[in-house]
Amino acid sequence: MADVQQIINDATQVYGKERKALMPILQAVVKEKNYLDDQDMISIAKALDLSAAEVFGTASFYTFLDTVPRGKYVIRVCKTISCHMAGKDEIIHSIEELLKIKIGETTVDKQFTLLTANCLGWCHKGPVMLINDEIFPELTPQKAVEIIAKYRAE
Amino acid sequence: METNKPKRVDIIFVTEGFDPLKVVESAIKKDPDAIILEMIDSGLKGRGGAGFPTGLKWKFTRNEDSYDKYVICNADEGEPGTFKDREILDRVPEKVFAGLAICGYTIGAREGFIYLRGEYNFLLPKLNEKLVKFNEGLKKIGLDFRIEIRSGSGAYICGEESALFESMEGKRGEPRNKPPYPTVAGYLGKPTAINNVETLVYAFMISRIGAEKFKELGTKDSRGSKVFSISGDTPKAGIYELELGMSVQNFVEEFGDGDTKAVQVGGASGGCVPRKLFKDTIIGYEGIPTGGSMMLFNSQRSMYNVLHDYLEFFTEESCGQCTPCRVGCQQLLKGIEAVKRGERAPSYLEDLKKLAKTMKIAAKCGLGQSVANPFISIVTNFKEEIIY
Repeated sequence: MADVQQIINDATQVYGKERKALMPILQAVVKEKNYLDDQDMISIAKALDLSAAEVFGTASFYTFLDTVPRGKYVIRVCKTISCHMAGKDEIIHSIEELLKIKIGETTVDKQFTLLTANCLGWCHKGPVMLINDEIFPELTPQKAVEIIAKYRAE
Repeated sequence: METNKPKRVDIIFVTEGFDPLKVVESAIKKDPDAIILEMIDSGLKGRGGAGFPTGLKWKFTRNEDSYDKYVICNADEGEPGTFKDREILDRVPEKVFAGLAICGYTIGAREGFIYLRGEYNFLLPKLNEKLVKFNEGLKKIGLDFRIEIRSGSGAYICGEESALFESMEGKRGEPRNKPPYPTVAGYLGKPTAINNVETLVYAFMISRIGAEKFKELGTKDSRGSKVFSISGDTPKAGIYELELGMSVQNFVEEFGDGDTKAVQVGGASGGCVPRKLFKDTIIGYEGIPTGGSMMLFNSQRSMYNVLHDYLEFFTEESCGQCTPCRVGCQQLLKGIEAVKRGERAPSYLEDLKKLAKTMKIAAKCGLGQSVANPFISIVTNFKEEIIY
């Protein structure tokens, strides 16, 4: 597991210690471990001389800054209208079958979390999903399963 | 009524024959006021959806007396059905940077930011690489201006300019009261010119080709062209740069599948145009404005499902700060579900319309105010589909 304190120190070197550095620091920690636990937020609060409540207040506002444990790979399937019309339900169903989890859940081995997302900006190539920062447009149930199988093999 | 057939235009994505940095270099030899006059003269309006005249925005920011000023590129493209800004940043990032630099010079800012939505983080490696080179280039031509990128984290509301500032300041993305407007007090309370990605590229191109060339396109109220994101029931989904001023009918003849019953113009927060109004509705500021999202629905689609999707979207993306929006979105969603299940009489839809109108007046920001657009247009034009 990454040393969160080190990530915070590195980020403050780049972005400074004022409050405006908070988002980049939160994002740096989430990039590394996919969520923020209480201790992470307390450490960030200390580094920026803020109250922990302020840090939690900001973090909990944003969908991508999770404050509950997530898997190593966070799958976000777009559920907004164009992807809905293009068949996102079938995609979600095939992933649920493969990973034996429902939307919002994480696999027992903590490798995958399945979530839905609002418009990901690929409406002409739906259905689409993000796995961490990587985008996969023009999905079919078969393609989605193959992509996740590849991640699993890593 | 005067209308134009959808005419393809190539301004935004064209790259041949010039170096963006060179265009900046010649722009900064001009007087800032001359640049502002050219922008005003061009008639360019903000391409994010709100349509505020770009030249005036720059003028107001320039007129503020402050040592620190900022220019921000709003790349928090979250409107359902919109994907043009991603394409622009992917294909012509230097033109976006150059637009920021020209705006920065004009208003007197030394720092510029691109606020990129978290969903587009995969663009970052390439953007950062190009940005380092561009910043070096700016130094070489002697412009005291630097651009940095900041990321969003999956909140639609941060596309609202004041919520975007809050987010950049490390806070919850909750919109501020206006006034003061960003040109007076924006990021860190300083005068800020915040422009959409596409607007900056048009501003850059106007600087290069001149206002006259730009003005030749479009109509009196909607000058120039616009990048459209086209999706839904169409054989031609994708990105198209088209001259402004066409009717929905013209648009559907070109992009429909022959069975189009409605077009949602302007994304979830825009209005739904039914077939009977295609001919009389102009896509532009004189008719139905759009940030570029065009979603086509054919006769097989249930407009109840479409509206339900939109309302779910707003319910989730409402920041929760003001009551009209937080509670209103939920009640509209619950309301149409109840009517569908037969637990409420169809006449209840009229009460819901009143609620939507109240939100338009009482909500604090554009999100809550615009829920009425899809709600009233869909419920009015497709009432049977909502009820049965």
